[in-house]
Amino acid sequence: MYPGPEPKCSATRDPILEDPISALNDVLERRELLSNLVLRELRGKYKGTALGWFWSLLNPLAATLIFTIVFGAILRVTPTEGAGGVRNYTLFLLCALLPWNYFSGVVTGGMGALIANGNLIKKTAFPRELLVLSNSAALFVTFLIEMAVLAVALLVFGLNPLLWLVPTLVLMVLLAVFGTGLGLMLSVANVYFRDSAHFVAIGMQVLFYATPVIYPITLVAGVRPDSLVARWHVDDLYMANPLVHFVEAFRDLLYEHHVPSLGTIAVVVLSSAASLAIGWLLFGRFSKRLAEEL
Amino acid sequence: MAETAVEVTGVSKRFRLYHERNQSLKAAFMRGRRAKFDEFWALRDVSMSVPAGKTYGLIGHNGSGKSTLLKCMAGILVPDSGAIRTQGKVSALLELGAGFHPELSGRDNVYLNGSILGMSRKQIDAQFDQIVDFAGLEQFIDTPVKNYSSGMYVRLGFSVAINVDPEVLMVDEVLAVGDESFQRKCMEKFKEFRDQGKTVVIVSHALGTMRTMCDEVAWLDHGEVVGIGRPSELVDEYVGASHEDRQDVGEGQGARWGSGELQVVAAELLHEGRPVTKIPTGEPATIRLHYRATEPVQEPVFGIALHTLDGQHVTGPNTRDVDLSTGVVMGDGYVDLDVPRLMLTPGTYGLSVAAYDHSLVHAYDHREKIVRFDVTPGEPRDQFGVVTLGGSWSLDAVRRAEAS
Repeated sequence: MYPGPEPKCSATRDPILEDPISALNDVLERRELLSNLVLRELRGKYKGTALGWFWSLLNPLAATLIFTIVFGAILRVTPTEGAGGVRNYTLFLLCALLPWNYFSGVVTGGMGALIANGNLIKKTAFPRELLVLSNSAALFVTFLIEMAVLAVALLVFGLNPLLWLVPTLVLMVLLAVFGTGLGLMLSVANVYFRDSAHFVAIGMQVLFYATPVIYPITLVAGVRPDSLVARWHVDDLYMANPLVHFVEAFRDLLYEHHVPSLGTIAVVVLSSAASLAIGWLLFGRFSKRLAEEL
Repeated sequence: MAETAVEVTGVSKRFRLYHERNQSLKAAFMRGRRAKFDEFWALRDVSMSVPAGKTYGLIGHNGSGKSTLLKCMAGILVPDSGAIRTQGKVSALLELGAGFHPELSGRDNVYLNGSILGMSRKQIDAQFDQIVDFAGLEQFIDTPVKNYSSGMYVRLGFSVAINVDPEVLMVDEVLAVGDESFQRKCMEKFKEFRDQGKTVVIVSHALGTMRTMCDEVAWLDHGEVVGIGRPSELVDEYVGASHEDRQDVGEGQGARWGSGELQVVAAELLHEGRPVTKIPTGEPATIRLHYRATEPVQEPVFGIALHTLDGQHVTGPNTRDVDLSTGVVMGDGYVDLDVPRLMLTPGTYGLSVAAYDHSLVHAYDHREKIVRFDVTPGEPRDQFGVVTLGGSWSLDAVRRAEAS
């Protein structure tokens, strides 16, 4: 009959099949494709630029410089006290800014991943979620490098992070999961409504200021109870943002060197799980018509 | 081999045709839901089974649903109802080089494209030299593909796809890539593929190729299966049916030029004295050119040319080549070309007509593709090529004795 390997009987994507487990299997089976897509993103991104890979470090460096000057030097935001009494706005900022940048890249990049690869989706068959996953994975590589540079900087400024690297890595993975879940949801939404991208762009801007990246959370916690913010429960709403907890957890580990509170850990873990589960289900449900809707 | 490679049962596929593709939330809110759309059934309750090891063709006019069906088989589209089961690894050649990253080198893209098509790294490593060799791109393999010519691009794409080594290969109109020598290589590769007992599902408008290559064809029309059968019979039936409703026998199909004192006002094909648009192979035919001369014209030359639809020049007889003196032409009249037996194989042909001066330099009137007509199956029953020789086959006496 067939030369070579045993023929395996595979049902090509049954329409009734909305089984997330088999979708997961698909992804696992195609992990080589995932790694090739990741390589494509990494290699393709800075191809043809003189500085190449340095750009992935130069961009956050420029942002750090700007924020340090504007918020650290001009507006004089006082950072919280780090481990061993260190108070350094730049380090304080970076512990939150790098995770934020990664999150932002995962969400916006993941959201555009399907449209950017429209032709591929229309002409070839492969698990479409790989496109979103590969964006998250490719950015994770740069994220790792940035965090490694930050670890060295922390060490130089007397905040030895060595003991806290492993929990930080776990937290980074959770952040990746959280962002990828959102990316999966938004990627299909963006195919059906192209406005989504613009909404999200505004949303990310709001979210950036609604997360204690450039200022310490103590400033929010310390608003007067009779102020407008407190009376309208803006501060409660503020705490409902999972990213606040992610960022705080990163600072707890890297800047203040203590284990995050149980509440923070719970929010971080649960929101990651919920985001991925919902994202995965929605993606599975709406990705069937992608080839014709794109 | 009674085994089935692709089993299609009751597959229907519905597309949405948006009246106004307003992909905005505002529009969605205003209308209460998404943009209005009509439903359009691209496939309706299609069932067929593709036998393993055979080459299976899908024919039908544009919009018949054959490409949609192929995409469903390949798993790119998901049918709304029904099921498709495939046996073994499937590779689809819908667009060559889909997924190439322009900035990456040919080498990187081979790996990327290979893995999109379902190859493992090890498999690509093993096939790499063969892929590059087949595409003929040894010197350019480390150049970014953005610098490739379009020919190089599709050659590399084809080469990767064909070397995926699937059990079932699905092809949509991509056989005509590259130059002639590359096309020959492709056809050889296909033959090799078939000889290895692999299954091929192919969509094409090149009916001649379909007739030669396929073991079985399915004919789709408006998303429904009209018939499934042997290509020699079904393709002819399809050609016959799709030309039944042809209206475009009118004039002025192609370009026209000339000084105009002598005009070819019309051309017609006569069969048994009646104007026709269809005529069977081997039948007597007359091609009649009606002319009108507004002033006396000395020794004009009348001629015709026949072309196949893909532009191949079949023949171009004229009155000068047979030393026919036309004298002085004035007023209305006609010229006949009598053909005792029309030795064209079944297909569609375009007729161009012309009136030139005796030196064949000055055109009085030259009209490209003034009429189209169809040749339907007749005697002789040859199907390949453009012309038939009308010969008869015989075996030698010794063989005949052995056989009996």
